[in-house]
Amino acid sequence: MTQLTLARAINAGLRRAMEEDPKVLVMGEDVGKLGGVFRVTDGLQKDFGEDRVIDTPLAESGIVGTAIGLALRGFRPVCEIQFDGFVFPAADQIITQLAKMPMRSLGAIRLPIVVRIPCGGGIGAVEHHSESPEAYFTHTAGLRVVACANPVDAYTMLQQAIRSDDPVIFFEPKRRYWEKAEVDLEMDLAAAMPFDRASVVRQGSDVTLLAYGPMVKTALEAAVAAEEDGRSVEVIDLRTLSPLDTATIFDSVRKTGRCVVAHEAPVYSGLGGEIAARVTEACFYHLEAPVLRVGGFSTPYPPSRLEEHYLPDLDRVLDAVDRTFAY
Amino acid sequence: MTVDASRGADAPPELVQLLTPEGELVEHPDYEFDLTAEDVKSLYRDLVLVRRVDLEAVALQRQGELGIWASLLGQEAAQIGSGRALTEQDMAFPTYREHGVAWCRGVDPVKLLGLFRGVNHGGWDPAEHNFHLYTIVIGSQTLHATGYAMGIQRDGAEAATIVYFGDGATSQGDVNESFIWASVFNAPVVFFCQNNQWAISEPLEKQSRIPLYRRASGFGFPGVRVDGNDVFACLAVTKKALQAAREGQGPTLIEAFTYRMGAHTTSDDPTRYRLETELEAWKLKDPIERVKAYLFKNELADQEFFDRIEAEAAELGKSVRTRCLEMPDPDPMEMFEHVYAHPHVLLAEERAQFADYLAGFEEEVA
Ligand SMILES: Cc1ncc(C[n+]2csc(CCOP(=O)(O)OP(=O)(O)O)c2C)c(N)n1
Ligand SMILES: [Mg+2]
Repeated sequence: MTQLTLARAINAGLRRAMEEDPKVLVMGEDVGKLGGVFRVTDGLQKDFGEDRVIDTPLAESGIVGTAIGLALRGFRPVCEIQFDGFVFPAADQIITQLAKMPMRSLGAIRLPIVVRIPCGGGIGAVEHHSESPEAYFTHTAGLRVVACANPVDAYTMLQQAIRSDDPVIFFEPKRRYWEKAEVDLEMDLAAAMPFDRASVVRQGSDVTLLAYGPMVKTALEAAVAAEEDGRSVEVIDLRTLSPLDTATIFDSVRKTGRCVVAHEAPVYSGLGGEIAARVTEACFYHLEAPVLRVGGFSTPYPPSRLEEHYLPDLDRVLDAVDRTFAY
Repeated sequence: MTVDASRGADAPPELVQLLTPEGELVEHPDYEFDLTAEDVKSLYRDLVLVRRVDLEAVALQRQGELGIWASLLGQEAAQIGSGRALTEQDMAFPTYREHGVAWCRGVDPVKLLGLFRGVNHGGWDPAEHNFHLYTIVIGSQTLHATGYAMGIQRDGAEAATIVYFGDGATSQGDVNESFIWASVFNAPVVFFCQNNQWAISEPLEKQSRIPLYRRASGFGFPGVRVDGNDVFACLAVTKKALQAAREGQGPTLIEAFTYRMGAHTTSDDPTRYRLETELEAWKLKDPIERVKAYLFKNELADQEFFDRIEAEAAELGKSVRTRCLEMPDPDPMEMFEHVYAHPHVLLAEERAQFADYLAGFEEEVA
């Protein structure tokens, strides 16, 4: 076991994937000498060379577009998008090409590409550096979309994503990059939980609280606080956003009868809406209250001095938990 | 003479220069030096003052008063030279580093701090000084500038647009598309690329195999490389390009060959990717020192003048600091303002809910 931050865990995951498969490449802006702006790729270029750890021109469409070409030639590129807000120049390649090409080829083409995106707010950054664009991608068939929330998952899920023959949009919770945990670097990946499964990270009986990425920690803190009020909150880390692991979600909601979904992204047209609809359909007779959503507002992500108000915090999550008991 | 041997063996040959790093004037067949002593002194003043504002902003960031700052250190001449070439009717589209251009447009430096302090996302009216909002998404603004120029064209106005971007930005699709649009529509836009040699940690070779100004020829308009640390040359070259644009001769690409003397931003650590010796070499080409040398050598300014500018700079720094600290945190409800021009039911509902939610805390306290 090794104590690693989430950022170092991703670094270790990339390193192991590159050691095991010479076709794995890392590409992005400043990923080489600098090791990325968050140092996630620190040292990789030194050890694997400039042909495998590629400092790309400053063009996101180019990063994903050439990754597609590399994948057609048998490589497994892992693209780094420097910040969430800068994935949009690549959106065309991701949505019109990456997501659809395999199906158009009747399965002849596989595009094992991972697009890593540091996401979410809470680091006091300027605009375009704090966004949660996952719903744009979960709305696109052909992509798998996952979000890790802790160093262990960061390590395993990234490697699983790289091994996947499907394109994966891999969200990393940037405000949790410095959180630490014990990671078993020798772990058998085949024995680890598959990356398309949600994980019950805290057992509870009164209400199910669903979160992913940076909000998992907040959800766990909310569960601890709720316990003091005598409420037993079950917390599920969704991990996979597309597809959703509905079986795990439904099992929990049928047990608790209440459900709250929390994400940083705006509530409106967010993932919470999809989850609420599915839970309502599948668990209708078990529900004691409507599924409630907590998330960002229908405003652009605000300047950093206001982000604490925009981001759902412990109080807003607890407020929603409380409201599920008011029905 | 286009080339100054003093720039060293690796000097790019096609560089327009009017003032050497030693403060000597050089002749150029296409660009005339036509500045009075007063003009030069006023350029010098601008250079010194914007460097002071920049220094203060870096200090404010270090003290936690700004979240981040993108320093213009080393790029003062490129910005003041090009900025001073603009007429009031011309429109400028900046990146996030154009503090010197903002100064030339008459934007209060404190206004620039809002975005970096995190109290707003820009917060000035671009029409007030014909200076657009800072743009952080690399390259986007080149298309806006081109469209704006197409508007000027359709209005039959006697004006041009200038758009700023970096060496790294030249790789973006948007920038290349803007070159095409400007060319096809003969738009009155000047593309002002500050090649400061670095895009965060990536040197120019990661973006281009040819000097950037030569890209223009493939798009069908002229490209010029100017010594970006020479304020006289930057002024002359930009003036001419803007005039050509206003007269219907279409776009020009100007590559201001300069150097980012500081970190990319206050969050960056350049020791990880570049050598200190590179910085030392560029310090010898400092944009301010050469103007000072010119003024001294030609006895156009005395010590009293330099002291006076220093004092003014100190005063400005102090004022920027004080007013930065006085900048209030925005009220949380401001989040919901200015998102739409017309009433919006969803937003109104969320605003009301959030107001209730906040009021709940006040009741608890009370
Ligand atoms: C579309 C986009 N991708 C990535 C970034 C992150 N980023 C900010 S500045 C920068 C480098 C810009 O280099 P250059 O264009 O040379 O301008 P400079 O900062 O050197 O003035 C990068 C990659 C961004 N802001 N926008
Ligand atoms: Mg640059």
